[in-house]
Amino acid sequence: MMALVQVPPFESFYEEHRDAVLRELRRLVGKDAEDAYQETFLRALRAYGRLKHADNLRAWVLTIARRVAVDHYRRREATPAPAEPETDSRPAYVELGELADGLPRKERAAVVLRYGYDLSYAAIGAAIGSSEDAARQAASSGVRRLRRRMQ
Amino acid sequence: MTTVSPTLDARFREAAAAAGLLDVAYDLAETPIGTLLVATTERGLCRISYDPLPEREAETLASTFGVRVLRATKPIDPVRRQLDEYFEGKRTEFELAIDLSHQAQFSRTVLNRLARVPYGQVTTYGALAAEAHRPKAARAVGTVMNRNPVPIVLPCHRVVGANGSLTGYGGGLERKELLLKLEGAIQPQLDM
Repeated sequence: MMALVQVPPFESFYEEHRDAVLRELRRLVGKDAEDAYQETFLRALRAYGRLKHADNLRAWVLTIARRVAVDHYRRREATPAPAEPETDSRPAYVELGELADGLPRKERAAVVLRYGYDLSYAAIGAAIGSSEDAARQAASSGVRRLRRRMQ
Repeated sequence: MTTVSPTLDARFREAAAAAGLLDVAYDLAETPIGTLLVATTERGLCRISYDPLPEREAETLASTFGVRVLRATKPIDPVRRQLDEYFEGKRTEFELAIDLSHQAQFSRTVLNRLARVPYGQVTTYGALAAEAHRPKAARAVGTVMNRNPVPIVLPCHRVVGANGSLTGYGGGLERKELLLKLEGAIQPQLDM
């Protein structure tokens, strides 16, 4: 068994992973990445003192970043959606967002989160308040509906 | 290539400190006797280091006070300000809380006595030992001075040998001499 890596000072951890975290958040939430960045590292800091080892801190902090992105999306869904989502600075799903307009709300969210944000069905389920299976179903029926529409 | 802007970086560091999530905040401070690393905990000033290697310092601080160690400007500002005033000759006493919670009892006793040695005066290792009720422990007092976590603010530069020689200083004898000259405890020598 490999020896566990000792937890480094937060400073070194932060310096090492901050660019990757910002990159991931730009991909996930576009122009809101800077707020999400703050939240990600504050959450990481809150949990950091309880870490037992430092194996794979990159994966750990990216998981936190993705949760922050899901929460961010959930909050947006909870408030009435703007008529035209501000998607221009979100290359990851700018086209998909427009394309998916007009789908039922849950299907749209599932399609955008799955194919725009690349989130897992479990995370999507958490974001839209459904089970993992229901999220998978919503995404696939959304995609079927889009296909029919494009024909 | 995405990189974090200085503004975003600073915003996070200050938010982390403001949220009270840090075990230790530290930053560098420029002084006439060189760059210092200054660190504080929630309890107070916990470290001043000469000629710091920040990465190594962060590790030492983490192993002593906890791993949530982060460079942040604001928590250090009061120390920075008072150091500036001291080096401008405008301050003869520091008004700063000091965190000695991780010091052994003897060290803490000696450092507390040391804190009362007034600006511009000197005492001896033996005298400090006597004040700590360990009159024969002059050498041990020397060790405590050598490991003083917050030099300048806790004035170990004001402690000299029984014969008046400067003896030693964690930051180098040259600095000890400069600090004592600044305070007027020894006269500048005109050896030109």
